[in-house]
Amino acid sequence: MILVFCELKDGQLRKPSAEALSEGRRLADAGGKPLGALFVGASCAGAADAAKYGADVILTAEGGTLASYSSDAFAQVVADAVKAKGATVLLAAATAVGKDVAPRAAARLAAGYASDVTSLSIVDGKLQAVRPVYAGKAFATTSFASAVQVATTRPNVFPAAEKAGAGAPEALAAPAGDFKSVVKEILAKAGGKVDLSEANVIVSGGRGMKDGANFKLLEEFADAIGGVVGASRAAVDAGWGLPHSMQVGQTGKVVSPTLYIACGISGAIQHIAGMSGSKFIVAINKDPEAPIFKLASYGIVGDLFEVVPELTKAAKAMGIGSN
Amino acid sequence: MKILVALKQVPDTESRIKVAADGRSLDPADVKWITSPYDEYALEEAIRIKEAKGAEVVALSVGTDAAKDVLRNALALGADTAVLLKGDGQGDAFAVAQMIAAYVKDRGFDLILCGNKGLGGDNAAMGPMLAELLGVAQANVVVKLELGDGTFTAERETDGGSELVAGALPAVITAQKGLNEPRYASLKGIMAAKKKTIEELDAAPAVAGAQVSALALPPERPAGRKLEGEPAAQAQALLQALKDEAKVF
Repeated sequence: MILVFCELKDGQLRKPSAEALSEGRRLADAGGKPLGALFVGASCAGAADAAKYGADVILTAEGGTLASYSSDAFAQVVADAVKAKGATVLLAAATAVGKDVAPRAAARLAAGYASDVTSLSIVDGKLQAVRPVYAGKAFATTSFASAVQVATTRPNVFPAAEKAGAGAPEALAAPAGDFKSVVKEILAKAGGKVDLSEANVIVSGGRGMKDGANFKLLEEFADAIGGVVGASRAAVDAGWGLPHSMQVGQTGKVVSPTLYIACGISGAIQHIAGMSGSKFIVAINKDPEAPIFKLASYGIVGDLFEVVPELTKAAKAMGIGSN
Repeated sequence: MKILVALKQVPDTESRIKVAADGRSLDPADVKWITSPYDEYALEEAIRIKEAKGAEVVALSVGTDAAKDVLRNALALGADTAVLLKGDGQGDAFAVAQMIAAYVKDRGFDLILCGNKGLGGDNAAMGPMLAELLGVAQANVVVKLELGDGTFTAERETDGGSELVAGALPAVITAQKGLNEPRYASLKGIMAAKKKTIEELDAAPAVAGAQVSALALPPERPAGRKLEGEPAAQAQALLQALKDEAKVF
């Protein structure tokens, strides 16, 4: 079996999980194996959605002890499910939870692990993964020595393709409790916006923004086209009050949106490493020699303080905004 | 309190990456080596705990003699002792976690700190694997850490937000940018570090779970085009192109 650890948000299958399931379905078909979806939590209502993405079996470990996320408890449940079903491949989306639970479960299973993969295949009956290293400056093909193979899939890379599966439900036991760590409080959630790593459209600002307050211009433009705002390391480190969670680059988030619009970003190697996986790149910069233009699908040499408000205006006039 | 800080030597972020002749590893020519930036936050946190409430800080790295630079730097910054687990510098996160777990076992560490990922390999796996092998708590991508009596509370970054993780010590905590602002080594610290010895031990045997079988550079991006005209015309042309050619909207 190919088993996919899935996450629900407000009773709905999260998009990165749907992507992981779709890729799991493709691998299951290639290897002639069944696809299992695994849900863990106090309530797994909504788990049936996994059938839309091809799950043959939907496993749920439900219980009060699993109401709050616990790294050790979830890893135990996941590893136990892999063993119980004799799964050879375990996938999860490379989300905050996926990246926390998958390596721990892998160690429990004495399994090799490939994180944040952008391509998967079955070679000689075993999983093979391609993943960005050096934040995308290179790609490593990873092969596995272990019987069980674990990988997390990078959000926004694998298409979520609907394909009906049987979705036979199966309940698993929840552990009794007394965990080593547990989440006791969810703090600030950025106003309903999606995280940079999941965003389809990103509008990013760099040193050329001159001040943190000027990011309002980018917010307005991003709102008009349904995007999320990011920043370069230069901007985050400039003391403008921008949180590190906004940072795109080798020491920040590595993103792969459909569209990345770089405003006042020169294109330092460490920044390019974090966004070169974007499908389309737009560069807006005063300096025609800025290295970012070498990557750009579309370039505008100009003053971003003039260009960005015009873009916001034009986007509203054209009725762009649903992505 | 006894704290272990695991440090990794990695290529500097400004390094251009070249593939070695074997087709599966990094060409080390022209690469400047540094301590993985996330490990620097881990070390700084350990030193701050030592300053605030007293602790013994042990810096550890797995690798060849070259990794001694990282350990020497850790000693200069305030680590009490340093240990090099000698290996060939190869091995996946699982193998390294086994080597470190073998060292940690029965040595009475209360806290193990490391970066949330090693820059370059970008696995973000060694910390949680180590926690599992040791059977202890973990908190990853931590931006704030508070220690109680045998307990910890950590704020960790999540998708578009953060959460508080509470757990028992011993624990593995992996550091994220924002946890603190690492200091620079003082001249006095650098001089003192030169006199200290780095303990060298053979790394315990370990089994790798995965290996890199090929390393390749990303494909060149197709040439783009510049949009000319006044700002209003450029804006219009860009959105039109994104809509009609790129079909983004």
